[in-house]
Amino acid sequence: MVNLTLERIGARYGRREILSDASARVQGGVLTALVGANAAGKSTLFRRIAGHLRGAGHVRLDGAGHNDLRYMPQDTGMSAALTVYESIILALKQGGGGWRLSSAELSKVDETLRRFKITHLADQQLPELSGGQRQAVSIAQTLVSRPKVVLMDEPTSALDLNRQYEVLEALRLYAKENDAVMVLALHDLNQVMRCCAHTMALGESRIQAFGPTLEVLTPDMIRRLYGIDSRVERCSRGCPMMIVDGPADLVSM
Amino acid sequence: MSTTEIHASEPATAQSYRGLVTRRIAILVGLTIALVLSVAVDVSLGPARYGVPEVLQTIFAPGSADLQMRVVVWDIRMPMAILAVTVGASLSLAGAQMQTILANPLASPFTLGLSAAASFGAALAMVLGVALFPGAVSLMVPINAFAMAMAASLLIFGLSTLRGVTTETIILLGIALVFSFNAALALLQYFASEQALSAVVFWTMGSLTKATWGKVAVTAVILAVCTPLFARRAWALTAIRLGEVRASAMGVPVKRLRLEVLLLVSVLAAVPVSFVGTIGFIGIVGPHLARLLLGEDQRFFLPGAMLSGAVILSATSVLSKAILPGAVLPIGIITALVGVPFFAALILTKGRKSW
Repeated sequence: MVNLTLERIGARYGRREILSDASARVQGGVLTALVGANAAGKSTLFRRIAGHLRGAGHVRLDGAGHNDLRYMPQDTGMSAALTVYESIILALKQGGGGWRLSSAELSKVDETLRRFKITHLADQQLPELSGGQRQAVSIAQTLVSRPKVVLMDEPTSALDLNRQYEVLEALRLYAKENDAVMVLALHDLNQVMRCCAHTMALGESRIQAFGPTLEVLTPDMIRRLYGIDSRVERCSRGCPMMIVDGPADLVSM
Repeated sequence: MSTTEIHASEPATAQSYRGLVTRRIAILVGLTIALVLSVAVDVSLGPARYGVPEVLQTIFAPGSADLQMRVVVWDIRMPMAILAVTVGASLSLAGAQMQTILANPLASPFTLGLSAAASFGAALAMVLGVALFPGAVSLMVPINAFAMAMAASLLIFGLSTLRGVTTETIILLGIALVFSFNAALALLQYFASEQALSAVVFWTMGSLTKATWGKVAVTAVILAVCTPLFARRAWALTAIRLGEVRASAMGVPVKRLRLEVLLLVSVLAAVPVSFVGTIGFIGIVGPHLARLLLGEDQRFFLPGAMLSGAVILSATSVLSKAILPGAVLPIGIITALVGVPFFAALILTKGRKSW
């Protein structure tokens, strides 16, 4: 069983405190959403967990080593003269190993390309990719080494609607098959309700709530996090949905 | 054979990748053949006109050749031809890795101020007779040049360790160094005697004519020490080209790697520059040619940059002797004159979004 435990972790940039006293125990096998307004500290929390930032507290991985942790930063351009296939090999090889590539390594790359439906992009140069294609390639780079703990910063922001659900479904499956801890920073709360079993809500440099998604994403919490009034209702097929009524201060006037 | 059976059952993507690898190895072999041919032509050419068979005989059976010929081929032409190879490879490799760690297509020993610093150091010796390190007078010029080039790169190195210094800052700082050293050099030239002035001007044009086996050995040893150190970091260096954030997310210690590489390229570039003067173009065009031919997987890019730099400088050395029969033009001039149009054509016709 893979678990990620945060024990009162904090992080600061210079004197500015971005995150303090964050504790949680994230379990593997399901998707966990990380939600919060812009600049709430989602990326900071990821970078702190991944060890790119120092700060108070402890990060503990049970059932996985530090080499099993992968962090996918928000989408940025890729100008390197590499093909998609090469870039995924590259990500696989960062774990160690010499110049030679084994058949097993190549088949890992192929399996990952298939899993995220980007086999047709294999020979394309990275700078020629569209934003959405680049994001899919990033996800493949992150998961090719089969990490047990995965942190993804807005993995679906550049994808079209169809691909968003396809990718989230593939990620859900990955978490289940590998019993992996997967924390995804997401903005679309309906997507979160649909795909993520657990949700961590981040606001005012703290974890405001953490638990089963529907217990966390209440209208109250949504107002606290985003300053909007909303309702969570069931659609005609029984799926929970968030309906936005408007900015909280306007509605209350 | 069993390996082909395994490959045959592989998916099309893996097979296509293996094809790519094979093509790249073929390109590296092609570059090596071009280099050997260019060196052979280089050794056969010179103000003293010998036939190719005689030159070949002098190379492979020096005992049977006459003394004068042996001196011309073994003590003059061979060191020049081989120095073109080691210097071309060193400058190109240094440029390639500067471009890699600074994420900037303009980074090279020339644009970061190393060449300008070396010229200033050399001019100090030639104009004022100042030796930065007292010792062998005959080596005063290259030692001064090396010391100034290292000082310039250590300055850049030191500043890059400061907090908040970005790769853009390093490039701008390098350009500021170029202008500062050029101004200081101009000042020295203004006060120089006519004889010293012509020596400085000739030095800054870049030339292989003062090649010796000693210089060949020094540049070769440095290349032989640095290359494996880069090779060991091949995957990390390739990853850095995906951007600092992505690379560190993949577990690459970006800051440490950048400093290590900056130190290595400083030595790699400062030594050849102090021996041959300003040959600015190789450090930019060598890596770009390699990138266009081979991509940026360092397993191919690293040897590719070395080979293309060596081929370009060796071919330029041939040209510098062939353009005016009986004379050897300064090679720094030829690299720019012939190289720039070739380079422009290359990047314009093979326009890619990646540089």
